[in-house]
Amino acid sequence: MNIHNAAQIISFLAALVLLCAFGMLVQRRMYGLIHLFAWQGLFLSISTAVVGFVAGKHHLYISSVLTLSLKVVLLPYILHVLIQRLKIQKEVETVVNVPMTMLIGIVLVIFSYHLTAPVREISTLVTRSVLAIALATVMIGLLMMITRRHAVTQIIGFLAMENGLFFAATSATYGMPLVVELGVALDVLIAAFIFGIFFFHIHTTFDSLDVEQMARLKEGD
Amino acid sequence: MMLLILLGVPLFAAVVLAFVGDRKYAAEINILGSALNFAAGLGLAFQVYLEGPSLAAGKFFFVDAFNVYLAVLTSFVSMTTAVFSRRYMRREREHGRVGHMGMRFYHAMFQVFIFAMLLCLLTNNVGVLWIAMELATLSTVLLVSLYRTPTAIEAAWKYFILCGVGIAQALFGTVLLYFAAEKVLGEGGDALLWTNLSLVSDKLEPTVLSLAFVFLMVGYGTKVGLVPLHNWLPDAHSEGPTPISAVLSGLLLNVALYALVRCKVLVDGSTGTHHAGDIMMGFGLLSILVAAFSLLRQKDIKRMFSYSSIEHMGIATFAFGLGGPIATFGGLLHMLVHSLAKSSIFFTVGHASQMHRTQEMDRIKGLIKGNPLVGWGLMFGVMAIVGMPPFGVFTSEFLILTATIKDAPLLTPFLLLGLAVAFAALFRKVQPMVSGEVPSYQKPMTVANLPVLLHMALVLIIGIYMPDFLNQWFHIAVELLK
Amino acid sequence: MNLYPFVMEILQVLILLAIGPAFVGWVRVLKCWAQGRSSAGLFQPYRDLRKLFSKDVVLAENASWIFRFMPYLVFGTAVLAGGIIPILSTDLPLAATADVIVLVSLFAIARFFTALAGMDIGTAFGGMGASREMTVASLAEPAMLMAIFTMSLASRSTSLSYMAQLVMSGQSVLRPSIVFALLAFILITLAETGRIPVDNPATHLELTMIHEAMILEYSGRHLALIEWASMMKLFLFTALGIAVFAPWGIASSADLLAVAAALFFMLLKLGAAGIVLVLIETGLAKMRLFRLTEFLGSAFLLATLGMLSYFILE
Repeated sequence: MNIHNAAQIISFLAALVLLCAFGMLVQRRMYGLIHLFAWQGLFLSISTAVVGFVAGKHHLYISSVLTLSLKVVLLPYILHVLIQRLKIQKEVETVVNVPMTMLIGIVLVIFSYHLTAPVREISTLVTRSVLAIALATVMIGLLMMITRRHAVTQIIGFLAMENGLFFAATSATYGMPLVVELGVALDVLIAAFIFGIFFFHIHTTFDSLDVEQMARLKEGD
Repeated sequence: MMLLILLGVPLFAAVVLAFVGDRKYAAEINILGSALNFAAGLGLAFQVYLEGPSLAAGKFFFVDAFNVYLAVLTSFVSMTTAVFSRRYMRREREHGRVGHMGMRFYHAMFQVFIFAMLLCLLTNNVGVLWIAMELATLSTVLLVSLYRTPTAIEAAWKYFILCGVGIAQALFGTVLLYFAAEKVLGEGGDALLWTNLSLVSDKLEPTVLSLAFVFLMVGYGTKVGLVPLHNWLPDAHSEGPTPISAVLSGLLLNVALYALVRCKVLVDGSTGTHHAGDIMMGFGLLSILVAAFSLLRQKDIKRMFSYSSIEHMGIATFAFGLGGPIATFGGLLHMLVHSLAKSSIFFTVGHASQMHRTQEMDRIKGLIKGNPLVGWGLMFGVMAIVGMPPFGVFTSEFLILTATIKDAPLLTPFLLLGLAVAFAALFRKVQPMVSGEVPSYQKPMTVANLPVLLHMALVLIIGIYMPDFLNQWFHIAVELLK
Repeated sequence: MNLYPFVMEILQVLILLAIGPAFVGWVRVLKCWAQGRSSAGLFQPYRDLRKLFSKDVVLAENASWIFRFMPYLVFGTAVLAGGIIPILSTDLPLAATADVIVLVSLFAIARFFTALAGMDIGTAFGGMGASREMTVASLAEPAMLMAIFTMSLASRSTSLSYMAQLVMSGQSVLRPSIVFALLAFILITLAETGRIPVDNPATHLELTMIHEAMILEYSGRHLALIEWASMMKLFLFTALGIAVFAPWGIASSADLLAVAAALFFMLLKLGAAGIVLVLIETGLAKMRLFRLTEFLGSAFLLATLGMLSYFILE
């Protein structure tokens, strides 16, 4: 595998990661969302491995396996179990104004492209152009958390953001030092347990996971 | 060595308390752990005072004048909070608001939180700083929702989501920082060490660092609670148990600001301009003004004081943004005295709301007659926090104001306006609470006097006569942050 | 003067006329198989057309010239489009004068007149169909142009022949921009040719039909021409997709063998495209009309992402 081919494969995987992000932005069904999230993690993991292979950075293999086990297997599994326990498999979220959300998403992609221009100019890595996609994934995750009103969806948006950040680390710098990556993974894992507990709390207190109902804390009252 | 004790004690205490946190003596263990921790902090400070900055555990940790004073402050306030929480949490348990598991969880997470903050302060690695900061958030999220009321869960969820989003931006900023550093320092963990970065800051790519700073500012700014990223803060501070409010307000905000200031120094060194400072000044001033005017509208007592925290963090951010020796000195001092004064206010507020079983200010009355320590403690605390002489906050605000008049005269009126409005608002709200007759529903209770007295005394002493070593210390820190 | 290109041009149009109905027949046969029914055979569309041609035309009293003119115009544009798209050969004289944008506007003209004719009689169905058709068109056309522009960016030309040649000589298949554009194009093709999930060509159910509603008043040879044209349209969209995204096999030299090979590959690819189409159609259910904005919105999104990834990643 020469550099050129590898760059092409990485670009292609980046495009797929972005596509998954957009898919999550407009997906209504819970299972659909989880599957898209798992796919995104898978593409991420493959691309990390490819980068590791091309750049000869072996610690990237570890992060690739870490992504695979955490983002593709463990987290989707936890979410799956949670959804079954909470009996919200059938829940369909109302997503307002899909075309508008998509347009904002596109604007975010352009914005990220513009924002990462200085990095692209001075970087010499094969993956430098992917950074824009990574930032766009982060931004779209953010957008998802803003536009969606379901607790599970918001969490998936949060995790998708984490995916984007991880992608950014691989593409801008061939991965952060291992101690940092392990620490970040640990944080994500703890976060996963916390949101699991949270789902139950919210569900028992509010009888639903719609965060719209949580609007008691307002200014001035 | 001291450093490892400092980090090890809370971790060990957390494990122990996870098992015995619901026993009778759990609060004493909590206090003991925190006291040991404070002793280690003092020891570390003494070491730095004698020998200057040092590295430990293979460059993984480092201490200098800037972070060691925050570490001592953190361990001190956590100790006094542990003392306060003994009485407070016992009372909460009698009221049936927390169960067995809740107590274990509370004690263990309290120590984990202290550990996370100390790790933030003492680590030499920018990436580990981020991880510890996230850990600090995660360990307190479930403490905020400890009471399981709908509002508490809402507040915790907001805290979790908003801080999660914010801190994610900071990670992106860290990635960019690493990208720039890697070019100069080569790959691997060394490129993320503060000690290395500060040596080569003028060689780092300025465009990348300015971009990184925007993300770091948004990320850590969310945790500092700067407007317009502050939405989580009043909710989280008002809904959790009061000891947690005290450490969140008094310590966590400081730690986040510490991260921000470190980043700012680095970025300034790289760009050679004052843009990062300008951004910080903008956020700071906005926070002061918005928080000051929000104070006027508050009905919940803890909520009001959390807005006051936003205001004071705004002042400190503004000061660090302004730069220059006087402003930086003022900023450092402000972090210290605000932390002491605010946590003591939260102690009294906690007791006051327990006495009345409400957090609504309209229903809290006659504190001085009901319980002089709580009443006068709150009164003096508020006098200190609004910047009345002779308290320490007056000194720091005066220094910052002087520097503003000198370096950014046009901003002085805004700063003064914010301070004046906050002054008026807090006094107007607190005066009816402390004065007047004791209402029928007020229940007398034994309170923890020591923390309040200790904190107020320190704030007063710093205001009247600043110890020489502290003065010297700040001067060294100011040099570091130039 | 070299006559070869002109011969190819005429050959292409003839193939379009001849194979168009057979392609529709092929799709129907496959669909019957997929649904476990026995099919009417590959040549049923021809028999349908012959039947329609032999019948009388019945015109409404208040039909204007637009109503009578429309079938010829629609048929004419389809034939003309057949001269532009490189079906067999890239060396076409018409292709040199007309590029993708012309092609899109040819389809637009046909659609415009169909909608006009639908409203011409003044029946409720005609108007309803016309309004729905225009709704779909207003969403599909930008997406279509976006997808094709992405391709022309990647190949630096808007000429179809040039694009096809470039892709044939191409170095890479795995370009994200092209993949995105292809996905968008498939969605648009479903919408433009009135297939499931946008429209169902097999029903005359009043609540759901779009295209059929507009031509409800036609009969005899008029209807035959319209039907034939819509069969050709399906063929043309498939051929367009093949020419832009998988042009391997299309003849670029004046060689009889090459043309024969091109014909063979074309039939092969058409067969495969039919299978894909049937898989999509059996896998999906018809969408509610209000969901169409999302469907075509995703097509637009994909096309735009294609364009963006061209800039960002390539």
